[in-house]
Amino acid sequence: MSNHYNNGGRAGETEQMAQPQYLKVFIPRDYTDGTIVRFQRSFPQELEGRLEKQTFESTINRLNEIFEEAEKASCSAYCEGCFACVTAYLIYLCKETRYEKKLRKVSKFIAEQNERVFEPRGLKLTDPSSRGLRVLEISCFDRPPNA
Amino acid sequence: MTVKHPNFTGLCSSPTISTSMTMAQDRVTRKWEIFQGRNRFYCGGRFMTAPKAGVFLLTVFLITGTSTVFFIFDCKYLAENVTIAIPIIGVFLFVFTMSSLLRTSLSDPGIIPRATSEEAAYVEKQIEVTNSANSPTYRPPPRTKEVLVKGQTIKLKYCFTCKLFRPPRASHCSICDNCVDRFDHHCPWVGNCVGRRNYRFFYMFIVSLAFLAVFIFACAVAHLILITRDGKFFEAVKESPASAVVAVICFFSVWSILGLAGFHTYLTTSNQTTNEDIKGSFTSKRGQDSFNPYSQGNVCLNCFHILCGPIAPSLIDRRGIVTNSYRSELSQPITLEPNMPLGNYGLKAQTGPVHITTNTADLSGIYRQATESTGMYSPLRRHIYLAQQIIPSKNCANPKIIPSRAPLVPPYNMHQRPTMVQGTNMIKNSNSMPQLKGICLEDYYEYELSQYYNPYDSKIVVYHKPHRQPPPPNVDEDQFSRPYTPQEKRYNSSTFGYKEMETRRVRDKPGKQQPRPRSSCVYENVDVTSEDIDTYRNVKPVRFDGKPHVRIEGYPKAEFSQMYVQSSFD
Repeated sequence: MSNHYNNGGRAGETEQMAQPQYLKVFIPRDYTDGTIVRFQRSFPQELEGRLEKQTFESTINRLNEIFEEAEKASCSAYCEGCFACVTAYLIYLCKETRYEKKLRKVSKFIAEQNERVFEPRGLKLTDPSSRGLRVLEISCFDRPPNA
Repeated sequence: MTVKHPNFTGLCSSPTISTSMTMAQDRVTRKWEIFQGRNRFYCGGRFMTAPKAGVFLLTVFLITGTSTVFFIFDCKYLAENVTIAIPIIGVFLFVFTMSSLLRTSLSDPGIIPRATSEEAAYVEKQIEVTNSANSPTYRPPPRTKEVLVKGQTIKLKYCFTCKLFRPPRASHCSICDNCVDRFDHHCPWVGNCVGRRNYRFFYMFIVSLAFLAVFIFACAVAHLILITRDGKFFEAVKESPASAVVAVICFFSVWSILGLAGFHTYLTTSNQTTNEDIKGSFTSKRGQDSFNPYSQGNVCLNCFHILCGPIAPSLIDRRGIVTNSYRSELSQPITLEPNMPLGNYGLKAQTGPVHITTNTADLSGIYRQATESTGMYSPLRRHIYLAQQIIPSKNCANPKIIPSRAPLVPPYNMHQRPTMVQGTNMIKNSNSMPQLKGICLEDYYEYELSQYYNPYDSKIVVYHKPHRQPPPPNVDEDQFSRPYTPQEKRYNSSTFGYKEMETRRVRDKPGKQQPRPRSSCVYENVDVTSEDIDTYRNVKPVRFDGKPHVRIEGYPKAEFSQMYVQSSFD
């Protein structure tokens, strides 16, 4: 019905929309310990049979650990904060924050896990930073989206 | 320690020259250009503010202006006569205030990027909302999720705009149209939301501004006092009016700024946001044992954590490059096509005049509205709305309610009688007209009205039976009670133009119209002159030549009811 209202310029977008979609599992955040970044450790149903529970849990635990390090209010974190305040935060033009360093570590960890663990099983982890730290996205490549 | 190499050449450049290396290539689209909130971006996405930043400019102007005047007029005197430290301290305070202000206003407050379309779909599947009220305008109840945060039950709300469950302490800013993490408030003076990432800058700003205001006030007053000779204060003011101006401005602003600084100090020490404080989420007044689960327990620890704790990076990645996969992930709402195509409604196309059977009692009451095929009423291309239901007129013998298949296009009001623009009151109050539920009759007849000749304009008004509520749509036919109108009182094609209506005579005062009781008769105003009546009566007869002529001799003509020709819906 709407074909003749679809301008030529928009045809490209509709093609992109029709990309092959995979089943995606989303692991939400765990707020039992406040607003710090943690992901739930409950094993999602859709991954049963494709991934061992142990592996999944160890990945999630390690991820949570890195985030905890990033958000931990330790002495060194405070010192860095005070120092930055004193320099009117101009120091951040040159140096990156502790949190950013930890996020890089997270990316590295995820890439490594994908290569070693997830891709051989036909799964893929997406960096939570690209999802705004809302969810941890696991794509299953050999299943259609509505499975 | 990794060192970032800032790209100073690219600072504040236009997006067309985003990278110096790719000048020959096509322009890349950065994510800030397709950002879904209402924020404004500057310098290639490096700085962002709220949509309306007018008050922020006022703040900058006030602070800069007052400080400049202070430095020019007061500091000169005070540096020479008191101590050189005064301008130095003043400069330091001013620089600190302005840098905090700029950092608050131009940074990301902690915006939570909107959920991708797949995430949103996943969340929707997880929540089964049984919607019992199947009305198109009914919104399902706000979805909430309860979580236990350190033993305290917190409700997470679902944000319909961003399509995610808001983390605890996050809130949606309606001005910027974003969900902001640890949302404090939206400050128009600062021109941005105050959230997790820029709360410390905001706090620093108001504290340093309080110090600055007090400092400038004290110095200005000291200056005035020092140049007062022989107790003549007004002479001193005349000698240095700028100081007086500065002192007055500072005096009035210092109260509110000090108050705000004090309030935020309290919030910082108890680790609450303005939002939570206003809502009273963690006060003991509620009767229950609600404590603040986010507090560190200690006043100092809370302060430290908020002001010097780790600062989260911006999650919206303003300067990232937009890829095709990113574009497809965005959960864009499906745009409804604004113009419904003039499709086939399942009716046979009829061209030319349609022969009306005189015995309209046989009409089963199925009506269709005019389509372009009749030729008589060529509809406006932009306003062909189909009614969801067509409720037949009250006076017809065998009314049936036939649902039509077309969608309703907003704006419509389902419970409103179709209204007409000026001059066609008879249709407005008519019980003979089928009530097209959901149709926007205004537009439907719009093009027609210039050709209507309405004899009733301010002279004779037709009042009909009082309006009754249309019967409910899903009613069983057998139980449907038909309003019975005796043959002689029916208004149908056989009687149009021919039936003598009962007339009553009334006298209308000039300018005032008497209230008429509703009844099925014509009220003839006795003050109507005979030539007026002749004008009305001498109307050209109607011809079926495709043009919409209407002969009005007091009643809607048969041609009018062309619209309501019996036909079957299939």
